[in-house]
Amino acid sequence: MNHLDILENKSVYILREAYANFKNLGMLWSIGKDSTVLLWLARKAFFGHVPFTLIHIDTSYKIPEMIEYRDKITREWHLNMVYGKNETAIGSGNSYPAGKTDRITCCGLLKTQALKEVLSAEGVRYRFDHGKGKYVQDPNGDPFTGIIAGIRADEEGSRSKERYFSSRDKENAWDIGEQPPEFWNYYNTDFPPGAHLRIHPLLDWTELNVWEYIDREKIPTVSLYYSKGGGKRYRSLGCYPCTFPVESDAKDPAEIVEELRTGKFSNIAERSGRAQDREDGGGLETLRREGYM
Amino acid sequence: MELAVKDRDTFSVVFTGHVDHGKSTVLGRLLADSGALPQGKLESVRETCRLNSRPFEYAFLIDALKDEQSQGITIDSARVFFKTKKRDYIVIDAPGHVEFIRNMVTGASRADAAFLVIDALEGVRENSKRHGYLLGVLGIKTIVVIVNKMDLVSFDRSRFEAVKSEFSGFLDKVGLVPVSFIPASGLMGDNVTVRSEKTPWYGGRTVLESLDGFDGIPVLTEGPFRMPVQDVYKFTKFGDSRRIVAGRVVSGSVKAGDEIVFLPSGKCARLKSIETFNSAPKLEASAGDSPGFTLAEEIYVKRGEIAVKKEGPRPNVTSRLRASVFWLSESPMVKDKEYTLKLGTARGSAVLESIDKIFDPEDLDKDTGENSLLRNKVGECVIKLKRPMSFDIVSDIRETSRFVLVSDNNIAGGGIILEPLKDKQSWSRDKVIQRDIKWEKSAIPYRLRHRRYGQKPWLIVVTGEKDAARKTIAKKLEEDLFSEGKIVYFLGMVNVLYGVDADIKGAGNDKEEHIRRLAEVSHIMIDAGMILIVTAIEFSREDIDLIRTSVESDNITVIWVGNKVTTDIEPDLVIERPEDVENSVGKIRRHLAEKNALEYDEE
Ligand SMILES: Nc1nc2c(ncn2[C@@H]2O[C@H](COP(=O)(O)OP(=O)(O)O)[C@@H](O)[C@H]2O)c(=O)[nH]1
Repeated sequence: MNHLDILENKSVYILREAYANFKNLGMLWSIGKDSTVLLWLARKAFFGHVPFTLIHIDTSYKIPEMIEYRDKITREWHLNMVYGKNETAIGSGNSYPAGKTDRITCCGLLKTQALKEVLSAEGVRYRFDHGKGKYVQDPNGDPFTGIIAGIRADEEGSRSKERYFSSRDKENAWDIGEQPPEFWNYYNTDFPPGAHLRIHPLLDWTELNVWEYIDREKIPTVSLYYSKGGGKRYRSLGCYPCTFPVESDAKDPAEIVEELRTGKFSNIAERSGRAQDREDGGGLETLRREGYM
Repeated sequence: MELAVKDRDTFSVVFTGHVDHGKSTVLGRLLADSGALPQGKLESVRETCRLNSRPFEYAFLIDALKDEQSQGITIDSARVFFKTKKRDYIVIDAPGHVEFIRNMVTGASRADAAFLVIDALEGVRENSKRHGYLLGVLGIKTIVVIVNKMDLVSFDRSRFEAVKSEFSGFLDKVGLVPVSFIPASGLMGDNVTVRSEKTPWYGGRTVLESLDGFDGIPVLTEGPFRMPVQDVYKFTKFGDSRRIVAGRVVSGSVKAGDEIVFLPSGKCARLKSIETFNSAPKLEASAGDSPGFTLAEEIYVKRGEIAVKKEGPRPNVTSRLRASVFWLSESPMVKDKEYTLKLGTARGSAVLESIDKIFDPEDLDKDTGENSLLRNKVGECVIKLKRPMSFDIVSDIRETSRFVLVSDNNIAGGGIILEPLKDKQSWSRDKVIQRDIKWEKSAIPYRLRHRRYGQKPWLIVVTGEKDAARKTIAKKLEEDLFSEGKIVYFLGMVNVLYGVDADIKGAGNDKEEHIRRLAEVSHIMIDAGMILIVTAIEFSREDIDLIRTSVESDNITVIWVGNKVTTDIEPDLVIERPEDVENSVGKIRRHLAEKNALEYDEE
């Protein structure tokens, strides 16, 4: 059993615990490498099936290739796919690209707010209809009580304070200081009415592990992660106005693994290509306390 | 024994010890001297201290690093990431936190190894012992004791030996054997990364050498097979007809073809195949794997049971146990309160029956007559479960002896089981498990039978005060169900009394044996696919527990007939005005419908 098997088996265990404990379970799929690995792990856990809803938050500023990829995989893997959008903010131009807000506020509106509304079923949801081959408006269903997210502890300071199962109140707020203990293979799966739980099966994975696993399992990923000869590729994916590529010639997962192992990025944060993190000092931590993933 | 390969992966350690004995200092020194710090960091913190005329502390260095954005090392209130030449490390829970024990437990349970720091001058203190004890309860096998501040005792060998012998004596009593003791000075750097000239009498490793010398955690591939069942999957919606029993193997291994027993139910089947997705077919699954398998015979198993091999030692099944419990919640653990106990994938209600001993770092053998377990205390307790569970004891298989207690939605404590204790049903349960293991299955899979009969077999127990309209209501219910095409049968206690029980009738007060036999007859009729209505006078809670021991607990409904419940029974439904038979039967029917009883469904 090598280190990837150890990680895989643990994540599979956590995914099944989530499935056994929550009736309204959803998994956030940002189309990025981490949540795509998570999706793959779900297929491992459930023997080729994905028995819960996948949730994507569309800010309308996602790189188009990401959306194409999302829908292709949805069809091929028969995913129960839902996306949500903050149509009010987008419609009224209340966003950073439209010029009315700063980056942090934009993330708060287009991602955090949209996410809150999709989770609570208060906002508009679009569900992929496999018969019709397109998205249709989803009659508002039940709120999600369990949300699986692909965050990793090594990514960034505030994420390392996470538990595998972490309770969030109605406002999606997170009390870092008062978290209950979590040990052995037991998780806090109970929660008061109105609250929901976030589940983090990838907590122990590193960026390197993710790429090693993508390489080993041959998991299909968006090509934006790879250099097509121009010496640039994306290391972390988000909205195009706020995401920038890094200098790299890596053309495939194996070359990325090599690049990470040789320590090329050892002094550069993984999300450094994500502009919102840098605003106001602890941008991501501020966002996360309020419900951002 | 196989070792998990941890080479390129991160290795996690936790620093524990009494406050001010030097956890942060040793850690800070380790980071500084192993070259993990960003350039100039140490100097700038020293400079800040000088400017504010405060003595430099390594603890400040760790605080200062919390604001760092650099990637070589990351620190926050939860962990420190750093690298040595050999591998990557996570130090879990940077020391000095108020909620130390709670976080230590979370951290230590994920740790591969632990350091315990003791001040050479002050010697062993209360928390040195408490932390040592907790590490043992949590199951951390690799423990290194750092005897710190050796500079304050002039690197005196006899002082080191004295601390070592006192603490070894203590650890020995609680069943822990530390890997080694290191005489060190975090402040001066002696034996942290470089061997000290001041301890020529010490031939062992430095702190860094022991860190890099730790092995991976042994995976228990030998030993009896144990797999708590997480779920049974049937994804028919997706056009998949496999029925897959999924879980995580925590001990031993299993192969296709092995005979498996599920406990507490005692159901048996042969393992047909091990299922995977996107990997080579597997013939064997062992500790650490999260497999799924199909069974050769169709049996009803569910989450919460534990799969074991038919051959080899079996776990205990009972509803009372003696355990070492550590309590982490602000409100103490008390008697007369219901907690939720999670053991493997099983979950159920539990109460504290007694506290026999509370761990006292000063006096291990002291008995305390206390009634509650306060936060951060460890006690030896007897716990009573509402329904029996299956488990091992810690000296046999650690993994299946561990449980947690949940209170107000949060994990409030944990424990390891020291001993199974008999409960009121043990005498009958042992027979039932044996019965199930020996059971010769019919040629007709149960699902086919249920489909043919168009029903879910069910036991409806109708009890109540003498002279109440029990039998009238039960028989009317039988008629109604029969006329709707159900295969249903009425069985009065008396019918068993003069037949099956003829040999023991009147022979003393053997009510329990009468009930056991009634339950066994019921078990056979339910296995035959029937809906069975049983009546008896004034059943108590224990009587019902005894019936549940023999008959699948999920498929029983208990009804009390009469205005007043005169026993300690907890019925599913009380019929308050039994004179109105029509109405009473209607109520029972509605209750059964709500519970999804009787009607056949595919899954
Ligand atoms: N003389 C001496 N003092 C030490 C040593 N290690 C730590 N200290 C001091 O002991 C105090 C507590 O140390 P600290 O690392 O904060 O302890 P913690 O509470 O266990 O993290 C500080 O004032 C340190 O400077 C040592 O090896 N020698």
